[in-house]
Amino acid sequence: MHEMAICQSLLSEVGRVAVAHPATVVTRVVIAVGPLSGVETAQLERAFDLARQGTVAECAVLEIERTPVVIWCDPCGIESPVAANKLVCGRCGSWRVTVKSGDDLLLKRVSLVDAPQQQSASG
Amino acid sequence: MCKDCGCSAGPGKVEVHDATGVISRKSSGEISVDVLQNILHQNDHAAAHNRHHFDSHGVLAVNLMSSPGSGKTRLLEETIEAIGDRYRIAVVEGDLETENDALRIRAKGVPAIQITTGQTCHLDAHMVHDALHALDLATLDIVFIENVGNLVCPASFDLGQHANVTLLSVAEGDDKPAKYPVMFRASDLVLFSKSDLLPVFDDFSPARAEGFVRALANDADVFAVSARQPDLLAPWLDWLDARVLSLRAGTVMRPRMVRPDAAVAP
Repeated sequence: MHEMAICQSLLSEVGRVAVAHPATVVTRVVIAVGPLSGVETAQLERAFDLARQGTVAECAVLEIERTPVVIWCDPCGIESPVAANKLVCGRCGSWRVTVKSGDDLLLKRVSLVDAPQQQSASG
Repeated sequence: MCKDCGCSAGPGKVEVHDATGVISRKSSGEISVDVLQNILHQNDHAAAHNRHHFDSHGVLAVNLMSSPGSGKTRLLEETIEAIGDRYRIAVVEGDLETENDALRIRAKGVPAIQITTGQTCHLDAHMVHDALHALDLATLDIVFIENVGNLVCPASFDLGQHANVTLLSVAEGDDKPAKYPVMFRASDLVLFSKSDLLPVFDDFSPARAEGFVRALANDADVFAVSARQPDLLAPWLDWLDARVLSLRAGTVMRPRMVRPDAAVAP
């Protein structure tokens, strides 16, 4: 299960965003994952629950946008939504196609609250 | 802690542009930062660093992947036998436990660095980087990285190799490329190993297996090989020769699946 390693990378990137802005609490993490990334989203969610403990994202919600596998056939000039193991044109059946989406493994958005605002909001 | 952190979003989003990118600020004080960053950015950065090392020394780096028992180590032993007098070879071995594979390679007179990953099911670019510190690339022509036997996890981690080579032994199902599309889509070469056993495992159809590779929009070379029959190793050895020469001629070589972060020199 490599999803734990992926999560640790994700939390490292999230941590960098929090330091850059700066903020002490991450409330939401939005990622995009396609089937061709090789990452299993259910495993990733479970791994995130463990890996976020003790980090700036400890109470963050993980939102996963699942991107579909879409291929482009140049001769036909069309896109086709396809299964991850059948990257062939929906019209002509050619496998000489380009993958347009479905291999994403992307940190899209991070929502943050900084410490002073957090204190003023609660106090 | 979550109930108390006061992080619930309120209305009134304001778009703000600053030096760190586009952020939206809500009246609650919560900000949203559009990041659009590859999650494996750090691994890929380290991979680009490794690849830069290989490139600058003109060393061909080949990442060997397969399920356990497909014959990666045996292939390397016979490859060293066949071309070890022409090329200076080193091997980075990845296994959960034991140094057995590295011992087999060293017995052929070739340096081997064993990475024992414990519970980690794949090699990553940082592990390979540490292993490279134990090798003098200036004295080498080819580095083989024998990944952990696993058709799933290694596919997601760029190591800095020039090419991914995936073994599929004929004792396995010929539909493995359809079952493990991520790895076979990323393969620059697919070897049907143990092909001397095809008469026994006659339910393995090389043509069908190749068809499953093509259905991943992959035009990679596909060779039937056997470490037990030198004539069946020839296409693989020719493939290696061509790439060593190409690299020496200054060709920029990259695996077919390389994310943008890992494509550029660091």
